[in-house]
Amino acid sequence: MSTMRHPYPTRPAPGRGAQAGHQELARGLGWFSIGLGLLELAAPRGLCRTLGLEGRETLVRSYGVREVATGVAILMSHDPTPWILGRVAGDALDLATLAQGFDGDREQRANLVAATAAVAGVTVLDVVCAQGLMADKRLSPPGRYDYRDRSGFPRPPRAMRGAAADFETPPDFRVPDALRPWRDDGAA
Amino acid sequence: MGRTFRSAAGSLKPMKALVWHGTTDIRCDTVFDPTIEDGRDAIIKVTSCAICGSDLHLYDHFMPGMKAGDIMGHETMGEVVEVGKDNTALKVGDRIVVPFTITCGQCPQCRRGNFSVCERTNRNKPLGDAAFGHTTAGLFGYTHLTGGYAGGQAEYLRVPFADSTHIKVPDGIPDEHLLFLSDIFPTGWQGAVQCDIQPEDTVAIWGCGAVGQMAIRSAILLGAKRVIAIDRVPERLEMARAGGAEVLDYDAEPNIVARLNDMTDGRGPEKCIDAVGLEAHALGAVDAVYDRAKQAMMLETDRAHVLRQMIMVCRPAGILSVPGVYGGLIDKFPIGALMNKGLTVRTGQTHVKRWTGDLLRRIEEGQIDPSFVITHTIGLEDGPEMYRTFRDKQDGCIKVVIRP
Ligand SMILES: NC(=O)c1ccc[n+]([C@@H]2O[C@H](COP(=O)([O-])OP(=O)(O)OC[C@H]3O[C@@H](n4cnc5c(N)ncnc54)[C@H](O)[C@@H]3O)[C@@H](O)[C@H]2O)c1
Ligand SMILES: [Zn+2]
Ligand SMILES: [Zn+2]
Repeated sequence: MSTMRHPYPTRPAPGRGAQAGHQELARGLGWFSIGLGLLELAAPRGLCRTLGLEGRETLVRSYGVREVATGVAILMSHDPTPWILGRVAGDALDLATLAQGFDGDREQRANLVAATAAVAGVTVLDVVCAQGLMADKRLSPPGRYDYRDRSGFPRPPRAMRGAAADFETPPDFRVPDALRPWRDDGAA
Repeated sequence: MGRTFRSAAGSLKPMKALVWHGTTDIRCDTVFDPTIEDGRDAIIKVTSCAICGSDLHLYDHFMPGMKAGDIMGHETMGEVVEVGKDNTALKVGDRIVVPFTITCGQCPQCRRGNFSVCERTNRNKPLGDAAFGHTTAGLFGYTHLTGGYAGGQAEYLRVPFADSTHIKVPDGIPDEHLLFLSDIFPTGWQGAVQCDIQPEDTVAIWGCGAVGQMAIRSAILLGAKRVIAIDRVPERLEMARAGGAEVLDYDAEPNIVARLNDMTDGRGPEKCIDAVGLEAHALGAVDAVYDRAKQAMMLETDRAHVLRQMIMVCRPAGILSVPGVYGGLIDKFPIGALMNKGLTVRTGQTHVKRWTGDLLRRIEEGQIDPSFVITHTIGLEDGPEMYRTFRDKQDGCIKVVIRP
């Protein structure tokens, strides 16, 4: 048993394991979505006042529902890719809505610039995450992996020929003598 | 049928399992834990299981006899967690590999070592009789024709006739080295043993999936002069070469029969092994198009391209060994060549336990390490995706091991 090798290295399912960085990022974005959504649901009036978006409280609350639902879906789903893509679309909506607030007073405008910058930053993360998730799932073309070391033998195959000579073919698996191969004496 | 355990009363706990719902539709579902149904049973906690080329025939639905709700999987090992009252062979805590053929150990076939045609373990005997003329052994996760038993791609598995259907394995050897005693290692081995290999033999092996790879190693160990392996997937051909085979890419070689004849002074290989089975693929060959069309019209169930090549190329008085699985009917079968050349045909699901004592020793002694074939290790939840990746031979996939 001393000759036993460590099992050969294996890979996880495409898009898992080593490339799981994008999965982790997706989870982070999921939690972010839930946090932001809860804020939008709990304090739409305060938010709108801060950003000069008075009168759009219902809209903001509906965005809150969207954020929470997307966040939960990201955290629960086996494959978050479609939900992250959904977030990208949501980011576009958020930016469009924010753009409507730029006729507020000076302080509101400063807040709005900060909020827009934040949303733009998150949008970049969403896009990076979605692209990463999709790239991880793209499968490698045939021939990419090198299996030259996978003989399964402790010595080169040439040295293993006949190593199981101690095996005795059971009688019911033996070819009848009349059909046994001829000695090939090379006189073809 | 994967559902019988639901009838058992009492506290049923949920577990995860890969469940067949229809053609190319396998899902990771939550189902009930299995329970002891018979005194000879045992329940194991699955530590490792694998996806097999045979499972692909179910995934693609070329094998008849599946029902929605069936749990997949027949290459399984684990730890015994519960034992039926009449089972004195096993105790809780034993580490076992489960042979995919369920065996009673007592019927005339089992007593001869013909375990895969055990007369008692197919609980759907009438279906087996109707499909194959006579019943064969019960199989795990492999259609209702062979008993409709729940399979092992799950957290727990009920092993029927467990006092006979198990291979005890020692601690201290990783699962990866032992798991394939359940099927593909003895299957490749029996594929080679069926050839009764002589030192002068050239053995041609169609298919470099896991079964073909094991057959290549077995033929080398059993002393074949030459092994020639045929496939078209680059990684698989490379792995075949690593095991000591000369390789032929049937994408690049339009006429495999002519090429094999060239390589053997025009006489053909003495021994031919079909490690492909009923989904044999062929590029533009007339018979392949014909087969595909007839299969689609349900006029034949199996594609016989490889079998036809083997019959034509094999040296007279040679042997055809067919571990590749077929389920129903084929046509354009060159019976004339088969008969007139006096070929011997040996087939069958593997008599797993007939070989595993010897093969376990070879693994322990380090003569071979079957884990070379594993390319992917996954959790159950990635199962559905990996069935597709494996079927499409993407991501260099040759053998998938699941750790539930
Ligand atoms: N007899 C048994 O007890 C037993 C046990 C296990 C598996 N099997 C059967 O063995 C067969 C192989 O199993 P696997 O796990 O290696 O499957 P797999 O699908 O991984 O391998 C099949 C290989 O055959 C190749 N192939 C297809 N058409 C070909 C052709 N025309 N010529 C040459 N190669 C061709 C494919 O490229 C593939 O690499 C299956 O039919 C499976 O059901 C039988
Ligand atoms: Zn199998
Ligand atoms: Zn029996």
